[in-house]
Amino acid sequence: MAEEKNIISLQYKVNGEDFSLAGEASSNVKKILKQLGVNPEAIRRVAIAMYEGEINMVIHAKGGIAEVNITPEQIKVLLQDEGPGIADIELAMQEGYSTAPDNIRELGFGAGMGLPNMKRYSDEMKINSVVGKGTRVELIFNI
Amino acid sequence: MTVRELVQKLDAKILAGEEGLERQIKSGYICDLLSWVMSHAQKGNVWITVQSHVNIVAVALLTEVACIIIPENIEVDTLTITKANEEGIPILSSALNSYELACKLKELI
Repeated sequence: MAEEKNIISLQYKVNGEDFSLAGEASSNVKKILKQLGVNPEAIRRVAIAMYEGEINMVIHAKGGIAEVNITPEQIKVLLQDEGPGIADIELAMQEGYSTAPDNIRELGFGAGMGLPNMKRYSDEMKINSVVGKGTRVELIFNI
Repeated sequence: MTVRELVQKLDAKILAGEEGLERQIKSGYICDLLSWVMSHAQKGNVWITVQSHVNIVAVALLTEVACIIIPENIEVDTLTITKANEEGIPILSSALNSYELACKLKELI
């Protein structure tokens, strides 16, 4: 953790090998935001959106990197992976659309709500994706 | 009502998370689709789900539900129990099904 000019930067490696660890990064961020005294509704929005992002990286991209920058006004979450990329972002943003395999669906994931939830809970969401290269999702939360 | 009181009234078994038994309960939520739970369950809810794999602990932690109830005596993974103990999330087991549990909860809460 680096603290400089009122910015707290956190970085997590999201392990794609171990599905059971998914949620470690968002749980940790949640604890830190709580310690910082961020309002509970904002914490909930950040934690849910980030968890969905983590799960996406585990299911689709064999993991990735999550970066969180916290200032008194804003929380920025950057999720980057080197997975297969998203061919049609507009389609992927539709609630209910998912390419998750059956074994993932049986666990209660892959309902096609990940990206829509991330958009719903953030104030701004930017997705850049290149098929075969990876995906970068930036989420901004005003607090 | 606390989770501990609920355990007694429901005659449920405590599988994990003794640390969280004094949490206050506010209403309940039943769903097995984790993304749906993430966006709809509220702090203090009793969450009833047939999912028993370890990711339910992360979902419970992030949504701040008071406890998880696994209905119909469904077996719970050891990893889930270990993780729930680490995080202090109570996991209860009941012989009743989700509907029966909801009916009981309505009388109790």
